[in-house]
Amino acid sequence: MSIRLENIAKHYGPRARALSPIDLDIREGELIGLLGPSGSGKTTLLRIMAGLEQPDPAPAGRIQFGERDVTRVHVRDRRIGFVFQHYALFRHMSVYDNVAFGLTVLPRRERPSSGEIRARVHRLLEMVQLEQLATRYPAQLSGGQQQRVSLARALALRPEVLLLDEPFGALDAKVRQELRRWLRHLHDELGFTSVFVTHDQEEALELSDRVAVMSNGRIEQIDTPEALYRAPANRFVFEFLGDVNHLEGEVREGVLTCGEARLAVDMPDGAAELLMRPHELSLAPAPSAEAHLPMTVTAVSPVGAEVRVELAADWLAEPWLATVRHADFEHLALARGKRLYALPRRWHRFDDQGARPAARPRLATAD
Amino acid sequence: MQRIGDAPALRRLLIGAAVALSALFLLLPLVAIFAQAFSQGLGTFWVNVSDTYTLAAIGLTLFITALTIPINLVFGVMLAWLVTRFAFPGRRLLQTLIDIPFAISPVVAGLVYLLLYGRNGWLGGWLDAHDIQLMFAWPGILMVTVFVTCPFVARELIPLMQAQGSREEEAAVTLGASGFTLFRRVTLPNIRWALLYGVILTNARAVGEFGAVSVVSGAIRGETNTLPLHVELLYQDYNTVGAFASAALLALIALFTLAAKAGLEWRAARREALA
Repeated sequence: MSIRLENIAKHYGPRARALSPIDLDIREGELIGLLGPSGSGKTTLLRIMAGLEQPDPAPAGRIQFGERDVTRVHVRDRRIGFVFQHYALFRHMSVYDNVAFGLTVLPRRERPSSGEIRARVHRLLEMVQLEQLATRYPAQLSGGQQQRVSLARALALRPEVLLLDEPFGALDAKVRQELRRWLRHLHDELGFTSVFVTHDQEEALELSDRVAVMSNGRIEQIDTPEALYRAPANRFVFEFLGDVNHLEGEVREGVLTCGEARLAVDMPDGAAELLMRPHELSLAPAPSAEAHLPMTVTAVSPVGAEVRVELAADWLAEPWLATVRHADFEHLALARGKRLYALPRRWHRFDDQGARPAARPRLATAD
Repeated sequence: MQRIGDAPALRRLLIGAAVALSALFLLLPLVAIFAQAFSQGLGTFWVNVSDTYTLAAIGLTLFITALTIPINLVFGVMLAWLVTRFAFPGRRLLQTLIDIPFAISPVVAGLVYLLLYGRNGWLGGWLDAHDIQLMFAWPGILMVTVFVTCPFVARELIPLMQAQGSREEEAAVTLGASGFTLFRRVTLPNIRWALLYGVILTNARAVGEFGAVSVVSGAIRGETNTLPLHVELLYQDYNTVGAFASAALLALIALFTLAAKAGLEWRAARREALA
């Protein structure tokens, strides 16, 4: 079922603005991630979709599920599945009773027979691979198991919309990976529309069809993970989606200077700030004609497909991060204390209003 | 290795002091009550207990208690729900107001009620004109008893409900539960032990309340005399054995209540160990 939000705003009290008026269109069967730092309003937005919070009465907003206007429909009647951050399982009920709850509270004429309820709950437990734990209580389960119970419980009523509030936030990395993959699989198999909240960019980019990046109660950009990463709409999105190196300095006659550092740029004179991703830097034993950025290696982490290198210099306020291939790592004989030169292959620039990028990223002829 | 504060001599001294004080101030008076009550034999005890006025006092006390408990049960749950589930201006003030009956002397509470609802009180004229008598009758006794015991249930529930939060209730609503189903199947099971504990405390206090009741009851034998007032009356009549016989009944109710409370705590501890 598609979800359409129009002009949804939320204040807690006259001064505390949680959401600026927001429009959001979610297509049927999409998996959308709401990504943002804490306090960006992502959970509030999700809870408004669920009906657990009310949007501001003025300016009047609208929430539509498919063709149905649910703005004034109570949570109970919205027929959504909601998965809570800390699972919110009924602690005094067994796993079985937790999953069966939604079915047993249906009005009598809609309620399936007890045999049918039993069959459906067992199917759900089978789906989340927890059949053998049906008689356990939530306190006897691990975090990952509790989260699976809470998913099964939310899916018991076959909702067409599934909303998840930081579903994997409290789990360790490995379980998180596994549950992510498994949620994607369920989503594709059952075909519901899902919206989930997360503050983990990697999770949002990996799992979602589209990601809405939020800050300060606004949606900064909504796009596919690839488009977000390649063409961020503004500086906030760019900085939030990964590690960023900053270079601030004065441009004069096509050369940016910052202490002893120099970089040839194609920009008008004046103050400028460039942003670079760690993989957009290469490291070399000598400066090039365009770039003279002397640095010292302060830390090396060779775990993973690439080597992460932390770099510092007198002319830098914050250390830089570069990722290099293992081959280059050996070739350059990188170690802590080693002095070398950074060669940016590409950089980004945003003006302070944070609208469109002021200049398209350009390629510097470094190699 | 010895832990801090675990000197054997000190430990023995503290335990000894605790035992001695408990015996002197708690156990000995209890023994004295029963010794006095049975000092002239079981027969005399029985004559005193089965006295018409004593029976009436027992009846009135149980009647008042039986009304107080459900009233405060409902009131306490509603209050705790209100304070822990809703944000509204004045919520903190309300939480403080709940404690007023703890803070003021029961005698003062009784006097306030007399001032408000007595014949010469602010509402007394109107009540009199409509032929409603609250003071010096059982409704007055009920009113002050409810007043004195009203914090017990709410005080037990509020910290627990605050700690548990409203996530489970929200989950139940998203699954389609109506308000009543939600309360019966999610809220109530989570608070039942605290609720029972609050009821036990309410019961103990309602049975034993003396100060507030003595002001508004008028202590008419056979009509508005509760068991604690009856003890006082008998004692002033120099019927020591009678007074202690009634006191023994009160003590028995108290002991029964304590046993119920201990039993609940034991059960709760065992549940926790299992979970």
